[in-house]
Amino acid sequence: MMPLPYRVTGRRQETSDTATLILEPVRQPMAAARPGQFSMVYAFGVGEVPISVSGPPDADLVVHTLRAVGAVTRALHDARVGQVLGLRGPYGTDWGLPVPVGSDLVIVGGGIGLAPLRPAVYHALDQRARYRRVAVLIGARTPDDLLFTKEYDDWRAGGVEVGVTVDRADTTWAGRVGVVPDLITGLEFAPESTVALVCGPEVMMRFTARALLRRGVPPAAVRVSLERNMHCGTALCGHCQLGPLLLCRDGPVVGYDRAQPLTGVKEL
Amino acid sequence: MPVLLTSLDPLVAALRADGYRVVGPTVRDGAIVLAELDRADMLPYGWGVRLGPGGYRLRERDDRAAFANSAGPQSWKQFLHPPRQQLWSAERDSDGGFTVAEPADEPPRYAFLGVRPCDLRAISVLDHVLGAGADNRYARRREGIFIVVANCTEPGETCFCVSAGGGPGVGPGHDGAGYDLALTELADDDGVRYVVDAGSEDGWRLLDRLPYEAAEPPTTARARDAVARAADRMGRTLPAADLRALLAGTLEAARWDDVAARCLSCGNCTMVCPTCFCTSVEDTTDLTGDHAERWLRWESCFDLDFSYLHGGPVRSSRRSRYRQWLTHKLGTWHDQFGESGCVGCGRCIVWCPVGIDITEETHALAAEYEASTDDRGGGAQR
Ligand SMILES: Cc1cc2nc3c(=O)[nH]c(=O)nc-3n(C[C@H](O)[C@H](O)[C@H](O)COP(=O)(O)OP(=O)(O)OC[C@H]3O[C@@H](n4cnc5c(N)ncnc54)[C@H](O)[C@@H]3O)c2cc1C
Ligand code: SF4
Ligand code: SF4
Repeated sequence: MMPLPYRVTGRRQETSDTATLILEPVRQPMAAARPGQFSMVYAFGVGEVPISVSGPPDADLVVHTLRAVGAVTRALHDARVGQVLGLRGPYGTDWGLPVPVGSDLVIVGGGIGLAPLRPAVYHALDQRARYRRVAVLIGARTPDDLLFTKEYDDWRAGGVEVGVTVDRADTTWAGRVGVVPDLITGLEFAPESTVALVCGPEVMMRFTARALLRRGVPPAAVRVSLERNMHCGTALCGHCQLGPLLLCRDGPVVGYDRAQPLTGVKEL
Repeated sequence: MPVLLTSLDPLVAALRADGYRVVGPTVRDGAIVLAELDRADMLPYGWGVRLGPGGYRLRERDDRAAFANSAGPQSWKQFLHPPRQQLWSAERDSDGGFTVAEPADEPPRYAFLGVRPCDLRAISVLDHVLGAGADNRYARRREGIFIVVANCTEPGETCFCVSAGGGPGVGPGHDGAGYDLALTELADDDGVRYVVDAGSEDGWRLLDRLPYEAAEPPTTARARDAVARAADRMGRTLPAADLRALLAGTLEAARWDDVAARCLSCGNCTMVCPTCFCTSVEDTTDLTGDHAERWLRWESCFDLDFSYLHGGPVRSSRRSRYRQWLTHKLGTWHDQFGESGCVGCGRCIVWCPVGIDITEETHALAAEYEASTDDRGGGAQR
């Protein structure tokens, strides 16, 4: 339960309110996180919040991408190179990679939701030959809110289809305007052998899952990453309950066959 | 074979001599509370309670029984899972890093005297929730505890342990029964006497040092009967349905609106519940910014912040918060931990300021569920 000190050895400003931190253990490292898992990240004296791992599985360093929305995430976002933060973990279920050989992999991220999906994109690039089609569909409120834009060309070069859309365009935007689920409509994939990984605001995940189901993807093959309040990460504090699930233990990644009946109940 | 004790003084003295801090029921501020006992005569001899929804009154008894009363406002989680505890402190190092250390204090060695069978189950429920990781503070605190059960011979008006799957008495003792000693109190014109059984090797060893008498068969039979009769005098029941299925199937029931109109969302029910385990973490730092601490405190799902996500709480309505409490206790606890989270102690009924009764609410949900499945041709029933 005690945070391990990790030093910030790299920092990149992704958008006006989002930064990626590269963290290296000061002493003892935590175990390498599998894609989709999260850590509890501690800002000294300020607080601790759950943040997904956004870099490749690696025991020597941990990468987190976080958006400043409150006191703790603000303090973490503002951390400078050299500063020491605390990490515990890794916790929770993962994306369940690799998926069977020959599958189509559809990765859908909305806003900060792309962060926990990036390790899955790296996995797909790394084992590209394993899969048939790999598509990454990305949505953000505005072009300025898009994450990891510098990497999209590399992803495309690696054989991954990248679709991007924004809710509101600005004068420089020449791409698509609309919500992410719209990107699914025109996408080519074999529904019965598709696995979809989805993370973003809950409504976005609902509409995305609905679009995938309409195309014939089985509910259990749509994996969503759910967010709830978390204080411990170890199934002891009770905050992350969603009906029968303790999301730090039974999630955050949950098959839509289980998630749908629960997220469909208002205020569960 | 059970034995007979005519006084609990030697028991309390022996436990104290072994270094235990003996905690048990005692009368304080108009209620029977759990507190440290120096002597057995601090037990609530001659006191009973009158219980009802939203009501608790001490009453004087005709006899000198100490355990003929049921659950008070506190439960043993107070000691096993304290309301507020420090998890660690951290000091900044010269290189900008920090070093984290757990508090050095050893957990106190408690002997719990007068644990009711419902509360013994509650301790086991907490063990399954909080003791899972062996190397944690709960497990360390729990490890050394000596448990003396007091079987119930006089259930309260709000008790429903039997329909919650427990009983007013613990079964015959054997190692691993979850207790060290079990008492059944017999109070009559001869005063009070205790038929005592051991549930562990430690229990036997302690019992051997006490001035006991042989318990004659008629006496042990009387004790057994008193507990058996208590089972038939439960004040309340839960519906005899599969509660997990019932609650999973009634998430949109109209009854939730009905109870939401009465519930104050005060969280009393979760505080007095012997199995509610939820906590929040508080991180603090001193003025220099070089010293930080983390504290853990009890939290309630009735609190708006409990489900806070940036943008607002997930459970903003009272309806959803009461539903979380009831469905967690009786339903989803099965999914999460493989058993019910309710042991039938009745505390939540007694200490609810508006007298909301979990058994009544569950019966109402069961009636609504039955009506709705009947509408659908009763398919779920057949
Ligand atoms: C599994 C998981 C993975 C996540 N991954 C990322 C990620 O990769 N990048 C990212 O930017 N964000 C991520 N989040 C969201 C992030 O944890 C919240 O934005 C953050 O907790 C907000 O805390 P705050 O104090 O900055 O904000 P505030 O909104 O000011 O929060 C106030 C208080 O509410 C509580 N609170 C609010 N939201 C949460 C929460 N989700 N969990 C626990 N407590 C909360 C905190 O106790 C906090 O003190 C993830 C959340 C979860 C559950
Ligand atoms: S009923 Fe509420 S406070 Fe009690 S354990 Fe469940 S979520 Fe926690
Ligand atoms: S049920 Fe009663 S005790 Fe529980 S929160 Fe509502 S008013 Fe308070």
